[in-house]
Amino acid sequence: MSEQMADPKVDTGLADPAARRALTSGFDAVPGAGKPDPILVVDNIVRQFGGMTAVDVQHLEVQRGLITALIGPNGAGKTTFFNLITGFDKPTTAGKGAHWAFDGRTLDKTSASSVAQAGMVRTFQLTKALSAMTVIDNMMLGAQNQAGENLLKSMFRGTWAKQEKEIEAKADELLARFKLFEKKNDYAGSLSGGQRKLLEMARALMSDPKMIMLDEPMAGVNPALTQSLLGHIQNLRDEGMTVLFVEHDMHVVRHISDWVAVMAEGRLVAEGAADTVMSDPAVIDAYLGAHHDTDLGDDALLTDEALEEIAEEVAAEDAEREAEEEAEGLR
Amino acid sequence: MRRGVAGLILALLLAPVLALISSGPASAVDTLCLPGPDKACIAGTIRTEDGPLADVKLTVTDEAGTATEVTTSETGKWNVQVEKEGPYVVKVDESTLPKDLVVDTGEVTVAAKFGVTKPALLTIRTADYSASTSKFDELVQSTVNGLRLGLLLALASVGLSLIYGTTGLSNFAHAEQVTLGGMLGYLLINQHGLGLWIGGLVVVILCAFTGWFQDRVLWQPLRRRGLGLTQMMIVTIGLSLALQYVYQYTVGARTVRVLQDNPSVREFGPVTITNQSIVAMVISVIVLAGVGYALLRTRIGRATRAVSDNPALASASGIDTDRVIRLVWTVAMGLAGLSGLLYALVTNGIKWDSGLQILLLLFAAVTLGGLGTAFGALIGAIIIGLVVELSPVLGMPGDFKYATALLILILLLLVRPQGLLGKPQRVG
Amino acid sequence: MDTIQFILNGMMREALSPQTAAVAIAVIGLNIHFGFTGLLNMGQSGFMLLGAYGFAISISNGLPMILGILFGFGAAFIFALVLGAPTLKLRGDYLAIVTISAAEIIRYVGRSALLVDFTGSAQGIPGSQYTTGFRNLSFFGTGSFTLIPFNYTDVADGAAWVRIIGWIVAIAVIVLIVMRFRSGNAFKGLLQSAGMAGLLVFGVLLLFFLFPVPYQSTGVSGWWVRFVAWGLALLCTLVVFLLVRSPWGRLLRGIREDEDAIRSLGKNVFSIKMQALIIGGLFGALGGMVYVLSSSVQPDSMGRSLTFFCYTALLLGGAATIFGPVLGSVLFFAGRIGIKYTAAAYVPDSIMSNQQTEQFSYIVVGVALMLIVIFRPQGILGNKRELRFNV
Repeated sequence: MSEQMADPKVDTGLADPAARRALTSGFDAVPGAGKPDPILVVDNIVRQFGGMTAVDVQHLEVQRGLITALIGPNGAGKTTFFNLITGFDKPTTAGKGAHWAFDGRTLDKTSASSVAQAGMVRTFQLTKALSAMTVIDNMMLGAQNQAGENLLKSMFRGTWAKQEKEIEAKADELLARFKLFEKKNDYAGSLSGGQRKLLEMARALMSDPKMIMLDEPMAGVNPALTQSLLGHIQNLRDEGMTVLFVEHDMHVVRHISDWVAVMAEGRLVAEGAADTVMSDPAVIDAYLGAHHDTDLGDDALLTDEALEEIAEEVAAEDAEREAEEEAEGLR
Repeated sequence: MRRGVAGLILALLLAPVLALISSGPASAVDTLCLPGPDKACIAGTIRTEDGPLADVKLTVTDEAGTATEVTTSETGKWNVQVEKEGPYVVKVDESTLPKDLVVDTGEVTVAAKFGVTKPALLTIRTADYSASTSKFDELVQSTVNGLRLGLLLALASVGLSLIYGTTGLSNFAHAEQVTLGGMLGYLLINQHGLGLWIGGLVVVILCAFTGWFQDRVLWQPLRRRGLGLTQMMIVTIGLSLALQYVYQYTVGARTVRVLQDNPSVREFGPVTITNQSIVAMVISVIVLAGVGYALLRTRIGRATRAVSDNPALASASGIDTDRVIRLVWTVAMGLAGLSGLLYALVTNGIKWDSGLQILLLLFAAVTLGGLGTAFGALIGAIIIGLVVELSPVLGMPGDFKYATALLILILLLLVRPQGLLGKPQRVG
Repeated sequence: MDTIQFILNGMMREALSPQTAAVAIAVIGLNIHFGFTGLLNMGQSGFMLLGAYGFAISISNGLPMILGILFGFGAAFIFALVLGAPTLKLRGDYLAIVTISAAEIIRYVGRSALLVDFTGSAQGIPGSQYTTGFRNLSFFGTGSFTLIPFNYTDVADGAAWVRIIGWIVAIAVIVLIVMRFRSGNAFKGLLQSAGMAGLLVFGVLLLFFLFPVPYQSTGVSGWWVRFVAWGLALLCTLVVFLLVRSPWGRLLRGIREDEDAIRSLGKNVFSIKMQALIIGGLFGALGGMVYVLSSSVQPDSMGRSLTFFCYTALLLGGAATIFGPVLGSVLFFAGRIGIKYTAAAYVPDSIMSNQQTEQFSYIVVGVALMLIVIFRPQGILGNKRELRFNV
């Protein structure tokens, strides 16, 4: 762990599973439950596309220092929800009761860039590694408050050369940690899908975030890399960072999340610890609604293969939807 | 000439200044006065709406009161060279005018400047010429003109919008296809003596063929290569440049007309309109209605709209997108050709660079209606047509009528970027 | 032989012309927009025209030249703000449509009879009204000269073999220079830089040796205006080099690739795009001012076609490269004249009249633009892997 990395974080002692359990046991596991020390509080976020309500979350709190998973069947509005709270989309209820705050700072009218500056950094489902730039350039872009990004100073190397060196050193350490150091001067486009996910995560960490939001970090990643990704995520938590991630892979969710929130049809339908929430009738309903042929209630069927199949199916559907939206030229 | 500038401009002085962009970069007055470092020129043309007036006397008086007399040439032109900068009063000698003329502005002051030719605008009109034209009548006349322009623009912009919708391409060469319609009309009907109807039909078929051909040899292969949209857009710019100069190479830089003889005119109350314009408008309405019907009711039309809405989904649901796009190119170019042919018929003719100016109106129309929506383009085109023709009546200087349309576009983007019928954008 | 010499001399004159330098400066600005940031500015001629108007109108109304320059820049600055505000948050096509429209509005307004006292309407503002002050700054004296006193006619009376050898060497030098640039380390290390600089100087001297072109020292279109125009073009190239190697330049390239990624990293994308639009626009305005120094302010000469030529020059030289704009502009103008003269010299009049050669050269320009974009989008100097158009 480098100095810079450890620096902004406080050792919360949450590397200890018992301490984490203690944090999640003092309240009822109901949708919208209040947490002891929430870092993110969301109220009354509604997003409608035409007549369809994609997201309608009345209340959600995310506990500081834990890994929270946001799961739900295809079309549950998870990614849209992510877009809304990170400033990439505007709630229909904006100015009409929508309210969310991160670490005590109200974000109701904040742009995507300011959200990131506040310390809440996200990644994307379809990785947004900048393929025509080198890996190191990708990393350097992640650092905050760079003097050289000021137009007036940029022409004078002296004003930013020192900072640039420090940033590069930090980037090198992160790259080494994510096993990308050898690729430092390669174009990001030449990396594999999994490496791009790692790069995107490492890039997000360059900004020293308080909370990192991962949109399907495991989608399209091979099993070996998945293990290493999971390890990285847990390490981040152990170092005191809050993690919120969207995932379809139940196996992953069960494995690493301290808390699970379930969305279905845009609403928050359940919350709880990973093992208990799976048996929540609302969750089974939600998944059964989407996949009649799968009995999630039957533990025997909850084999990893079966779950992975579902996850793959869902991911494929999601990717298709994504591609459609992309094709519609929404950006 | 009175198209658009309409009504109140009763005499045109100094062609270069008032010549609208449609008549191209105006050539200078054929003046013998050459301004120099210590010489200034004052010049103008005396004419009524019926034509230039020869042998009219004018006096040009400087500050000191020294008067110079000039007489207009056969083309109504006159000019004076002066040796001093400063204000000069130009006055027309009304006794030298033919009878039955009314002088609206008989005296004007011009500030002469070394090295330049300054225009002096004097307005003279025939006594019976719409002296009584009311503001309302003008409004009606301009509205009809605006509708006419709007319908012609709609023919072209529906195609532009469909191409954008189905392929995502902003086709900068679309307006050159409009010009092509007029040019082919000139070559086939005027030069080779084909009948108007037969010739027109052949023109539209040829233009549609260019669309089919373009997609076959250019756009489809480029799509298959995976060429980016921006790159394709620059390809259309290259095509547009090349086509413009091909027209200039083959036809020349002059304005050409499809029919030589002057069209007969009808009057409906305050509205004066040529027979050709009526026919053009009727054809436009019929064709647009046909396109609309096809889009809404036929299988291929629904497929087109599906591709336009969501190419990936349409492709996934078994629609042959390549076929749809090929058809869209064919129809769009046919419509553009028709639009150009009608444009050349109802206005004074068409020129190698007419497309340059039409293109902006098309973009304005398409963006106004919402990029990629065919019906939005229709509405946008009508609005743009009306704005262009009505803004001079509503007090905008005639020179600025195209600028007004573009300004409205920019303002609209501020409040409703998706256009009138477009869907709001989402972040994926 | 003489015909070829005549054609090449013509190309040399066109390549050296101050207007070529002016367009190169505008293309440098366009490179910031399109090449580095991915902004589809289709109205660079509007920025140029505004710069030219600001400059010429101020001076012809008696203001000092420095104020004229400031007004030219000010006009372009405001233009960029006004255009960027509504469009930089939208998809790229909107910026294209709005900039091309706005540039045309500027031209229509400039042509308007209502503003004849300021803009001279369609006839424009003659150079004599604003260039005197600029020419008075010249320290080149009077008379005329060719750049180097020694040329091919001094060797063996300008025999054919001298010229042919000279041409072959010149081509070899140019190819060598381009290859060094393409390798990307033309100016890395002291030795390489010195070698490169030497090669460049040698190349230029060789060209002047082979194609001697005499001009007036200070006249309307003499060496003085050429000196200033090309000096400015090189200065602009240096500024762009400094800008794009910085973290700010890195941001631009990031935005070109994926705005959302940059936004998610906490950068104010809108503000950076606006900065890029303004900076590129100021280069455009400077280009406009230089453009009119040796001629007059003619609104119709700065219309859409000029923007399209700028794009052709940029893509020819290589978008997102440092020297691409200058190289592209020189090749574009010299190449067009070369085509025109060649057609005039070798195609009989019965097939192509003299006037048609001009149009023919523009047809070639259009087709060349299409071919470059399709087959070599990175241009001569560009890096194919780095260059990806993105909207």
